[in-house]
Amino acid sequence: MENTGKPASVLTARAAGLVGCTRCGRVHDQGVAFCLRCGSALQSRDTLALQKVWAWWWAGLIAYIPANIYPMLRMTQFGRPHESSIMGGVIDLAQHGDLWVAFVVFFASIIIPIGKFIAIAYLAWSVKKGIRTRDVGRLHMYEIVEFIGRWSMIDVFVVAILTALLQMDFIVTVSPGIAAFSFTVSVVCTMISAQSFDPRTIWDTEKETPRV
Amino acid sequence: MNPIHAHKDKLSPNGLIACPTCDALHKETDVPIGMAAKCVRCGHTLLRPRKSAMTQILMLAATAFVLMCAGIFFPFLELQAGGRITRSSVFDAVLAFSDGVMLPVAILLGALIIVVPLVRFMALIYVFAPMSLGHYPARYAPQAFRLAERLSPWSMAEIFIVGVGVALIKVTGLATVLIGPAFWAFCGLVVVTVLKDTFMCKLTVWKTLENRRLS
Repeated sequence: MENTGKPASVLTARAAGLVGCTRCGRVHDQGVAFCLRCGSALQSRDTLALQKVWAWWWAGLIAYIPANIYPMLRMTQFGRPHESSIMGGVIDLAQHGDLWVAFVVFFASIIIPIGKFIAIAYLAWSVKKGIRTRDVGRLHMYEIVEFIGRWSMIDVFVVAILTALLQMDFIVTVSPGIAAFSFTVSVVCTMISAQSFDPRTIWDTEKETPRV
Repeated sequence: MNPIHAHKDKLSPNGLIACPTCDALHKETDVPIGMAAKCVRCGHTLLRPRKSAMTQILMLAATAFVLMCAGIFFPFLELQAGGRITRSSVFDAVLAFSDGVMLPVAILLGALIIVVPLVRFMALIYVFAPMSLGHYPARYAPQAFRLAERLSPWSMAEIFIVGVGVALIKVTGLATVLIGPAFWAFCGLVVVTVLKDTFMCKLTVWKTLENRRLS
């Protein structure tokens, strides 16, 4: 039940001439369009998955560049404006001595997005090449990417909360910079990119399942 | 779960489960309550039935809904500096982006923090209330449950709470910050959401929905 035995001998729904539903697991004969249990559209493999993954990946990457160059947040203190980019905000936090918080923001807005770009690219590339090594490892990589991607939104939320709190009548006022916009776009694009990936293709090989 | 090995004959789709993440076929067996059935190939949990899971999920979804309503309208942070007090609610945070080119961001934030979680909780209540109080699911229960599942990656209330934490630390040097009731409502929401997600076994819910369907 739990241990993985001999993974090579496992029969997939596709190899058996059937289609499995990715939402509820019900198995159907090939040619059935919608799942009889949950109503989701059935597809043995999403043949356009890699195209969608790369399209959203590039969109996310392009939006990520201005997100790092332009200011995330504009702070006016005693009439003096001070703009800080994502990295600038991390450095400000670290200089104030809040190393732990600086680390959280650094992790959420720099390490997670970059790691995500690399991980999705590697997964898409390995599936395209039909590489069959460390399958379970690659699945875990995919699950981590899917789970952790949303957390990049922290920095945008922080900017929104600061803007709401520090309004006009205070000594310090904060307004969001244009990078907040491009960063949000980048996070949304990479989330859709990760969701477009079909993890079932991790196990497919040329021999067993001819790729369309 | 018992895997299906290479087969000569054409298999009948009935009585089989395909792993949603890796497509491996398994024979469908009754899993005892409290046990988990995992995919032999990728280790994905296929079935994990729990005792009175329906009622638990219903109660947690209802709690989350109430907490969410409280969290939106009560102030979540209060700032005191130089004799002035500003209160801001979650609503104000969303509206922070509402001018000019940032308007799409404001709409998106409103969706991620407020609308998506609320719709998700309502859909779950709609699915589980009739089944847990009576027996048969409501008419559009499969559609509602599918919506709830599709929305789940976009429900970001818990990320918002961590954002509040970071913002608090950035502000503490400038003013005195008091934490409002909405902050605690959101913290409760995070706990309830985590519990709800661990109690819910999707494949079991789908099977139950199918078995109890009015035909």
